[in-house]
Amino acid sequence: MKYKPVIGLEVHIELKTKSKMFCGCSANYFGQKPNTHTCPVCLGLPGALPVPNKTAIDWCIMIGLALNCDIANFSKFDRKNYFYPDLPKGYQISQYDQPFCLKGFVELSDGKKIGITRVHMEEDTGKLIHQDENSLIDFNRSGVPLVEIVTEPDFENAKEVIEYLKKLQQIIRYLNVSDADMEKGNMRLEPNISLKIEGIEELPNYKVEVKNINSFRFVEKAIEYEIKRQTEILCKEQIPAQETRGWDEDKQKTVPQRTKEEANDYRYFPEPDIPPLIFTQNKIQELKSQMPEMPGQTFKRFKTNYNLNEYYIEILTKEKLTVNYFDESVAVGKEHNVSPNQIANLLVNKNINVNSTLPADLIKNILNSTKITEIEEPELKKIISRVLKENKKAVKDYKSGKETAIMFLLGQVMKTSRLKLNASKIKELLKKMLQ
Amino acid sequence: MKIDVTHIAKLADLPLAQSEKEKFGKQLSEILSYIEKLKEVDTKKVEITSQVTGLENVTREDEAKPSLSQNEALSNAKSQHNGLFKVKAILE
Amino acid sequence: MNLNQLTIKDAKEGLKAKKFSSIELTKACIEQIKKYNKDLSAFITITEKEALESAKKADELISNKQDLPFLGIPVALKDLFSTKGIKTTAASNVLKDYVPEYDATVVRKLKDAGAVIVGKTNLDAWAHGSSGENSDFGPTKNPWNKEYVPGGSSSGSAVSVASDMCIASTGTDTGGSIRLPASFNNVVGLKPTYGRVSRYGIIAMASSLDSIGHFTKTVEDSALFFNVTAGKDIMDATTLPDLTEDFTKNLDNGIKGLKIGIPKEFVSGLDEDVEITFKQSYKILENLGAQIVDIKLPYTEYGIAAYYIIQPSEVSSNLARYDGIRYGNKRSTFGDEAKRRIMLGTFTLSSGYYDAYYKKAMSIRTLIKKDFDDTFQKIDALFSPVCSTPPWKLGEKISDPLKMYLSDALTVTANIAGIPSLSVPAGFSSNDLPIGIQIMGKQLSENILFRIGNAFEKYTNFYKQKPKL
Repeated sequence: MKYKPVIGLEVHIELKTKSKMFCGCSANYFGQKPNTHTCPVCLGLPGALPVPNKTAIDWCIMIGLALNCDIANFSKFDRKNYFYPDLPKGYQISQYDQPFCLKGFVELSDGKKIGITRVHMEEDTGKLIHQDENSLIDFNRSGVPLVEIVTEPDFENAKEVIEYLKKLQQIIRYLNVSDADMEKGNMRLEPNISLKIEGIEELPNYKVEVKNINSFRFVEKAIEYEIKRQTEILCKEQIPAQETRGWDEDKQKTVPQRTKEEANDYRYFPEPDIPPLIFTQNKIQELKSQMPEMPGQTFKRFKTNYNLNEYYIEILTKEKLTVNYFDESVAVGKEHNVSPNQIANLLVNKNINVNSTLPADLIKNILNSTKITEIEEPELKKIISRVLKENKKAVKDYKSGKETAIMFLLGQVMKTSRLKLNASKIKELLKKMLQ
Repeated sequence: MKIDVTHIAKLADLPLAQSEKEKFGKQLSEILSYIEKLKEVDTKKVEITSQVTGLENVTREDEAKPSLSQNEALSNAKSQHNGLFKVKAILE
Repeated sequence: MNLNQLTIKDAKEGLKAKKFSSIELTKACIEQIKKYNKDLSAFITITEKEALESAKKADELISNKQDLPFLGIPVALKDLFSTKGIKTTAASNVLKDYVPEYDATVVRKLKDAGAVIVGKTNLDAWAHGSSGENSDFGPTKNPWNKEYVPGGSSSGSAVSVASDMCIASTGTDTGGSIRLPASFNNVVGLKPTYGRVSRYGIIAMASSLDSIGHFTKTVEDSALFFNVTAGKDIMDATTLPDLTEDFTKNLDNGIKGLKIGIPKEFVSGLDEDVEITFKQSYKILENLGAQIVDIKLPYTEYGIAAYYIIQPSEVSSNLARYDGIRYGNKRSTFGDEAKRRIMLGTFTLSSGYYDAYYKKAMSIRTLIKKDFDDTFQKIDALFSPVCSTPPWKLGEKISDPLKMYLSDALTVTANIAGIPSLSVPAGFSSNDLPIGIQIMGKQLSENILFRIGNAFEKYTNFYKQKPKL
């Protein structure tokens, strides 16, 4: 019996807005003293009310557009009700049945499209720290904007998941809406993994959610571990339990985990404190025009306009910063007859610090390394005489018919002068003086 | 209409004594029986109203404003430790 | 007349003319509170020290010829309104020691307008109640007859004005919680259009139904109060855009030619005293020149059923934040009525029941709102009793929750539709208990309500009668 993995992914992106999702507290909570970034709203004090952050919503729409989603004309927030100490209101303001973005896709390098089910907004919870028999709570993170991106269960292996995550991270960073750094917690992911019988259309009747994967290097390990674990169970003619498991970094395996959301009836209902959001075609167009060029578009453009090879393009388009730098350099280079390829070559092969090297200086650099220095003939004759004197063997070789010796002498002239000189001119003069 | 009071009390995080469960169970049944009259109305083609104001797109600019101080945030907490709220751990 | 018996209007004139100071006015109110609060339980917290400080500051400003809308006027706040540094309890043991770190927007507005806050008034805990008997700190009594209920949930606020413990007070109306106690105490109570007054800082009961209003002795005072509290608030996303209006401007325009409708569904099964009072009332409106029209609001018959799904659903969610971690006591300290409503609301939102209950009720809401919207195309205002009975005896309905809920039958529909309603004194029952009537209008029509109420009040002068304390 052959089994095929069925994997879906849920990613949470923490937006780097200035203020929180529903209040004016600074969203920049990392490393701050506990409970110093709170207010009645994000602390859930009696009487406090939420007011949505316009920029956060715009950015969520942009993420949806970058993922080829349809943007809902009518959208709203809903309350997700459950009890947990890090959830100050006893409910999370999220989106249930009418999220901002639906039905998108991300194309992998082999052409496979990973379906994006939905992209929606919600608020983050506080942070719970466990200490002996107590839990300590810091609400600085409570209310920070989160964008949740859910895929269809289209992944078939860990490799595809990693590629998707890298692409997603790149898109988010291009948009400059989040640092999308797994280690810092502003990009969190939860794969759900199950196995189906190869060849059968039907999806399996269980799925296992894996939490607590905190870095890229563990994604592959966790997924492969889970696939192996489930395969073993299925081979015994049993069905793996539908459950949430956590990735244990120390033990390098997934372990069963009781979570706050287990067997919960969230009793979703429309958030009465926030009027609905309507997006017109005009508004969506406006947001589209504010978006920077996305990696896919840049890739095509570099190929078509600059005629660069794909390997170079991959490297150059990894970060938006490099793309902008490259485009600027190409513009300057054009005025000095320096080709995009030359610039790419230098950028890719040498460790150029794009933050401290101005494009103009980069071009100068290129020109200098290829520039031919002009030198007066008497000066050149002096250098050649010296070279001929110091390389008697080569002179003898040349005079006895070895043509290649002249190339050696040419090289020596260049070396001695320490300049890039006109090679053919030197060769001519050499020949003359060797007679 | 009979409610599973134990289940609802759990969802609502309300610890109830057995006597309370019985009392509330009875009272809630009566109330729900009255509410049954809504079944008389055909609402299949009726949209729900969750906002009577007719307002749309109410948002605020992304500007950071001053927060409460740590002392102010903790001022009503019964239990705290080093600037953090303290609570008995939930069994995980 | 004692200073504490004055209206806002007269008190302002007196202060301006230096007939008395704000300190004297405030002291008169504080004395009245100290004298009668033990009996009536109208106040949970009396802020004497802060009030006298504010009064002193007010007097300084007045002597500098400064003017603010409520400068030096003693006002009481329903204990749902967050007051920075002053205990705010919701009349519940859960919050009995809670001291907010911020002021509600309305509180800030009143303070900015120069008001002197004399204290926090008693209420049905969490605003859950129609009689004033659900307070965890003891029921408020009706000053007209202490064996009878004052009405709720803004019981203390209504009583404080009726017994001249303050010049005006704030309240909230989610299903009748201003109009009912107003009508049971011979005072004026305004439930504004939903969204006209900010809810920020006011302990939430049912978010889509809570309307922030006030109690005053006269209709003109009510308009003066509304001038201060109405307006868009950036902290409350459900507040309507600012439409600056001076609500006292058209008060004396009279009501000639206005079409006033009487909903058939609101005048059946009335207690005899209420029926007589109501008949007399609309005859007066006719005499004053209004055209009385019979109208039908068929879906209002389902008002209570829809209300007692929508409201508890939102209550169950709004009360989820009280987990005792950041403030307050643990959830087992909720009183019975709160527990009942939380349970009911949790049930009606729960999986498998959401469609049959919450969704159904929200659809009925559309139908009820449409009934009102359609009617207001043809008429200028609606007129009806506030309650089908006069005040009942303390303890009479307390053990029958459903019976208690049904006393809201004539008031809940205004909250469901989000429309404004003004309750004004209309007379007394055969056992000398106050009976009020309500004037409802379409959204944003408070100026018409004030006009009608003012005309009625000036004709009947019921407000001049005071309870024998």
